[in-house]
Amino acid sequence: MTPQVAIVLALVIPAAGAIGIAACHRAPNLRESVTLAAAVGMFVVVLSLVGPVLEGSRPALFLFEALPGIGMAFRVEPLGMLFALVASALWIVNSIYSIGYMRGNKEQHQTRFYVCFALALACTLGIAFAGNLLTLFLFYEGLTLITYPLVTHHGDDEARRGGRTYLGVLLTTSIVFLLTAIVTTWAVAGTLDFAPGGILGDAGLSNAAIGGLLALYMFGIGKAALMPFHRWLPAAMVAPTPVSALLHAVAVVKAGVFAVVKVIVYVFGVERIAGLASVDWLPVVAGFTIVAASVVALRADNLKRRLAYSTVSQLSYVVMAAALLTPLTVVGAVLHIAAHAFGKITLFFAAGAIYTAAHKTEVSQLDGIGHRMPWTLGAFAVGALSMIGLPPAAGFVSKWYMLAGAMAIEHWPAVAVIVVSTLLNAGYFVPIVYRAFLRPPPEGEAHGEAPWPMVVAMVATAALTVAMFFYADVPLALARGVAGG
Amino acid sequence: MSAGAVGGHYAYWVTVFLMVAGLYIVIARGNLVKKLIGLSIFQTSVYLLYIGPGKLIGGTAPIVAAGFGVYSNPLPHVLILTAIVVGVATLALGLALVVRIREAYGTIEEDEILDRDREPRGGE
Amino acid sequence: MIRAQLPALLVVVPLVAAPVIVLARRAALAWALAVAASWASFAIAVALFLQVREAGVVSYAMGSWPPPWGIEYRIDALGAFVLVLVAGTGAVVAPYMKHSVAAEVPGERLYLFYALYMLCLSGLLGIAATGDAFNLFVFLEISSLSTYVLIALGRDRRSLLAAFQYLIMGTIGATFYVIGVGLLYLMTGTLNIADMAARLPAVTETRPVLAALAFVTVGISLKLALFPLHFWLPNAYTYAPSAVTAFLAATATKVSVYVLLRYFFTVFHASPAIAYVPYQDALLALSAIAIVTASLVAVYQPDMKRMLAYSSVAQIGYITLGLAMANQAGLTGSIVHLFNHGITKGALFLLLGGVAMRAGGASFDRLAGLGRAMPLTSFGIVIAGLSLIGIPATAGFVSKWYLVLGAIERGQWWLAALVVGSSLIAVAYVWRFVEAAYLQPPGPASPRPGEAPLALLVPAWLVVGACVWFGLSTSFNVGGAASAAQLLLGAK
Repeated sequence: MTPQVAIVLALVIPAAGAIGIAACHRAPNLRESVTLAAAVGMFVVVLSLVGPVLEGSRPALFLFEALPGIGMAFRVEPLGMLFALVASALWIVNSIYSIGYMRGNKEQHQTRFYVCFALALACTLGIAFAGNLLTLFLFYEGLTLITYPLVTHHGDDEARRGGRTYLGVLLTTSIVFLLTAIVTTWAVAGTLDFAPGGILGDAGLSNAAIGGLLALYMFGIGKAALMPFHRWLPAAMVAPTPVSALLHAVAVVKAGVFAVVKVIVYVFGVERIAGLASVDWLPVVAGFTIVAASVVALRADNLKRRLAYSTVSQLSYVVMAAALLTPLTVVGAVLHIAAHAFGKITLFFAAGAIYTAAHKTEVSQLDGIGHRMPWTLGAFAVGALSMIGLPPAAGFVSKWYMLAGAMAIEHWPAVAVIVVSTLLNAGYFVPIVYRAFLRPPPEGEAHGEAPWPMVVAMVATAALTVAMFFYADVPLALARGVAGG
Repeated sequence: MSAGAVGGHYAYWVTVFLMVAGLYIVIARGNLVKKLIGLSIFQTSVYLLYIGPGKLIGGTAPIVAAGFGVYSNPLPHVLILTAIVVGVATLALGLALVVRIREAYGTIEEDEILDRDREPRGGE
Repeated sequence: MIRAQLPALLVVVPLVAAPVIVLARRAALAWALAVAASWASFAIAVALFLQVREAGVVSYAMGSWPPPWGIEYRIDALGAFVLVLVAGTGAVVAPYMKHSVAAEVPGERLYLFYALYMLCLSGLLGIAATGDAFNLFVFLEISSLSTYVLIALGRDRRSLLAAFQYLIMGTIGATFYVIGVGLLYLMTGTLNIADMAARLPAVTETRPVLAALAFVTVGISLKLALFPLHFWLPNAYTYAPSAVTAFLAATATKVSVYVLLRYFFTVFHASPAIAYVPYQDALLALSAIAIVTASLVAVYQPDMKRMLAYSSVAQIGYITLGLAMANQAGLTGSIVHLFNHGITKGALFLLLGGVAMRAGGASFDRLAGLGRAMPLTSFGIVIAGLSLIGIPATAGFVSKWYLVLGAIERGQWWLAALVVGSSLIAVAYVWRFVEAAYLQPPGPASPRPGEAPLALLVPAWLVVGACVWFGLSTSFNVGGAASAAQLLLGAK
């Protein structure tokens, strides 16, 4: 299988899977097998690309010309490779979890759910492998649209309202800011292809113009949840938890921060804009988001809401690290894309398990639940470790690089933000673990562990979180490939 | 403005008067038939606009023979014949519509028709 | 031999089909003749497009009288592009009409309906094909008069008043146009458009020329439904038979844009008069107002056809916006949106026609739960709606791309912001349908589950497919528009 074929298959498999899932509408077990088969197939195909990318090759594929001078093109480079790996690996785990959740809660419209999920993964891979801004934008918008039915899954008034906020914020930012940024880039640079070192080099843009263009991009990539365009993320929590887990802890938000890093590294060029005063505002906005979101999370009692704001905060770690524009922090940013994914999905899985088994949604209800659901809360604890950034969890590795990079350039505000937010993270995760294990459960509790597919999935992702701490070489090599150009 | 400008161009003044009068009737009158009359007057003014400049003082019809040197322009006449036909067709169509509106609404006053549409009706 | 006569055949085939249909009388035969004539016209239009692509301009002298004294049919890149759109729409809508029109027009009048449809098609094709200013007026009136009747054949009695209002406004518009042509004839002595363009720069007395430009612009703007002369459009589109709305939405206003483009860029291009008039600024302002106000009004309409009618007024604003930008990117965006909006709105109205047939109308209370009752129709409306918003991979995105590019190239950032910002209003009104169809349970007015007949679904989905196809494979629409824009900007 040549890399080009692999790229095509990586998108075709989930799309074909969607058709297969729809066809198996009446046979639930067959339908779920199609999902799993597609997920495994996609992961295998993506895995086959890792070797060539690590060796330095950049497999590229030009499909057709969409607009005069701009084509639908794919190009696999280390950042996209990491994103694709994470997304495809987690699709497998999430599918196992979804089976447990959807059946455990007797959800309606399951076929629609799995179909949209598969198509969303196809869009995600399209984003990961995009070779130019137009291809990226196409799949980015596609992802927004295909996740709308997932967010509004329950079909009630609350879902409709959540869906409106979700779509409203994401489409507003992407159409008003991102599209303008892309067209401007085309007008100024004459190309939309991603290139190491950026494509704005010869464009003769003033520093102020570069700052303005960066602002359009950063606020246009609404999926990165940079404040004040973060409201869609808590609003999307009306979705069933498997949707929240994969899409909002892994695929959708990851597409956002992936796009942010991609734009900074491959459109602007780290060296090109390092040192410009007009880009200094970005670490500030990101830093503010980190702290403000953490504060909101601290005060949220609803577990999913707390996790949502934690995500907003963690995403801005990536943005801030990338915005500091040094090789070490860029490595940290890229690593954090993976580390946060593994950790957050574990946390969301646990939240969903708690809801399915015990029908509880608020933190204040979680006293002593660790005794009845040890696996769930154990996994939760591992995920929390990763969020806080403590060994032996993956979050430690990425935070280490971010901190080291910030200190190397003596950017003390960033260091302060990282330290303060670490404390805040501890502040809103540790009490949950404490309550769960060290407080007695209320009287009359009769629930047990969550259904076994959910437990399996949770343990798998918790294991991945720990594994990434010990076996960080592949992610690290890919991250270094991004920073090195 | 000299007397020559007014007197010598009286055809254009008539044209403009008809044009404006026709438009005014269309806008200001609510009766559908009157609107059509206004429209016709407006269209008629255009015929004058074309034919007037075509006539040259001392010009004749284009007869190719000795003694006939200056021709009035025949082309506007051709164009206006076409325009008259269009005008007639429009008027006929408009009147046919008025007849059908009268059947459907019982009135041909625009404000009454709008009132009757505003009343709640069963079905659509 | 036939190849040389194609420009004439283009108009003659539907024109002759009309009286033949009147003689044929029987509805099924009438429909079959209409379909045959529509498809023949489409084939001719495509052939002409290919001819123009090779030869640059196709010129045909009617009755062998040489231009500029005889009437000339002159088809260039812009004209050919518009011809393909109009004839293509006719070819798709004609088979659709069989069931859709039968449900809305009384059986004994069906043959008259098809005869008028042929006249309308012939008139619209003639406008795009002709190179003579007065001949254009004749075809304008042929198409308009038949349109008035087609609209009046709607089943609601309000269609009569809508047709009457359109008649009044349309006739005033056409008469203004004729006044403008008369003034131009007085100043240049010719009616041939190409000849006029050549002679106008030499005309030194600019006041009549300016007056002519004003009259022509206002007259055509009435036909174009440019704000604030758009009042006839919402009623006409809402109450006409669904097939007629679909056909008109894709063709009538687009052909009027063609006329405006022809006058601004071909006839008046090199005349010194054009410099006196701040037409660009005026048109920019009117377009901006049209886009914003019409989109906002659309959000609040209780009936989806009416909503889409106001949306059309807004989308026409985009077309005239690109026209006013008058640079390569903006003009390309304008012309390509002529095509893209034509197929988008055509698809939407064709699908809504299916809904109207099953549900008796298209008001939003009838659309509740449509996602389950008519899944294919609803999904098609969603995709065409995405094209209306301008989501990538649809035709609408391509137009937005070029309009934003045109604004950026002029350095007018507020224009770019206007184009992208107004797309959000489109999201608001398109999403009304999505929520009604998919997030609401069926109500008492909703149709029983069951799709529209295949004869309606197939043409409609063909056009939906075109919305996606021309969003990804842009060589025809963008290529055609770009060549037309280049031609218009480089003229003389």
